[in-house]
Amino acid sequence: MLALVGVLVAWAAVSYGNRMLGVMAPALLPTPGDVAKVFTETLGDGSLPRHVATSLARVAVGFGLAAVGALALGLLAAMCVPVRLMVEPLIEFVRPIPPLAFLPMFLVWFGLGEGSKVAFIGYTTFFPMFVAIAAAVLRVDVTLLRAAASLGAGHLDLIRRVIVPAALPGIIVALRLGFALALFVIVGAEFMGADAGLGHLIMEGRNFFLPAQIVMGALVLGLLGSIVNALLLAAERRLFRWREAGASS
Amino acid sequence: MKIHVRGLSRTFVALGRETPALLDVDLDVAEHEFVCLLGPSGCGKSTLLNIVAGFLRPTSGEVVVGGRPVTGPGADRGVVFQEYVLFPWLTVAGNVEFGLTLQGAPVAERRAIVARYLELVGLVAHAEKYPVQLSGGMKQRVAIARALANSPEIILMDEPFGALDAQTREVLQDELGRIQRVEHKTVLFVTHSIREAVYLADRVIVMTSAPGRIKQVFTIKLPEVRDRFAPEFTHYESEITRVVKEEVAKVHE
Repeated sequence: MLALVGVLVAWAAVSYGNRMLGVMAPALLPTPGDVAKVFTETLGDGSLPRHVATSLARVAVGFGLAAVGALALGLLAAMCVPVRLMVEPLIEFVRPIPPLAFLPMFLVWFGLGEGSKVAFIGYTTFFPMFVAIAAAVLRVDVTLLRAAASLGAGHLDLIRRVIVPAALPGIIVALRLGFALALFVIVGAEFMGADAGLGHLIMEGRNFFLPAQIVMGALVLGLLGSIVNALLLAAERRLFRWREAGASS
Repeated sequence: MKIHVRGLSRTFVALGRETPALLDVDLDVAEHEFVCLLGPSGCGKSTLLNIVAGFLRPTSGEVVVGGRPVTGPGADRGVVFQEYVLFPWLTVAGNVEFGLTLQGAPVAERRAIVARYLELVGLVAHAEKYPVQLSGGMKQRVAIARALANSPEIILMDEPFGALDAQTREVLQDELGRIQRVEHKTVLFVTHSIREAVYLADRVIVMTSAPGRIKQVFTIKLPEVRDRFAPEFTHYESEITRVVKEEVAKVHE
């Protein structure tokens, strides 16, 4: 928190100082005041909430689809050796390709509308989530499965009542990573052929030379990321009371 | 329910080398009998138990339980592990309830059974705690209650008290003896403690060092409630010690 205040003070000092001394054109280095002004203006006319809502909706759908797919395929790959042998080399090949390299293809395939953004976010977030979820499932202690099986658990019971709860901490970490990545790439997806969204807002700032709007868009993204992360961490703490119970008693 | 083990062998393959762990073991456990498997470490006693539990397949031979050959784990054979293996995300009560939930027993019945077994192992006050909050002895009590609540006819125990300190160990041996006098399960119990075996078992099976075979069988003719310092008790103890020592010596040759 203190570090944030420090950065803000430094930013204010440099930008207002520049304004007084005229080191570079004032328009190139927006001050906190400029950014705050754009923020309240766009908040007031409803355009900022609209951009945020558009971006978040794309993130939610793309990330949601990828999460469901990664969960299903991650469980399957971890539990079923033939599936793992088939899928793993494929994924290991695709994973290191920077997702942005494929962004133009998504525009070609899915058009300029919502489809390409959602598909791109889904594509980008699927691979790291799949790999992390499969790894979490593979880490589940085999003796837990034995214990459950000797209490009468069948295959579905094992998945539902042992594998998923045992792997849940790792699954949640995978989802958090995936969500952060979705916020990361939505901007890129919206740079190209979008008419709304935070990425579009930033691109508009570039096209019409509004540096304050660019900085404001970036700061809003930072704020959104922090809020979502804080929510997920709080959910995690509630969900995994059993892990912290030991420390508190 | 009886356990019949017929001509059981198991070989492990590691780094291309075959190591026989069990060789041609025949064993019968009668209904309500408490049998201890005793032997030096690496003698295959845990392998034998894991095959009876259905966790491992034999290389040859078979295990028949209640007239049916064992092909995998099942609710008719409850297992208590050395490392407790509780479900860490469930409370004590939730762990004990696990098997009943799988059976789809009605909630009221489940509650009553859980309460009964928590009472039996003295953990009523800890029902809502999570496993991380418990000591080793308490965890093993939960594991025993979890196995019993599922009402299997057979209980398989793999060095269940091996990770506990000496005092806790004796307390739990007392409790297990008391529980067995109430529950009358068919028990197969793996241990390397001779004292523990003489204290608990109707029969003690001493196994040879690897590959594991049955070396000698001792029928313990002592009263149900045993005194660790009675002369008859120490007599069994020293006699079995002598037989076990021969095998331990072989390992070190």
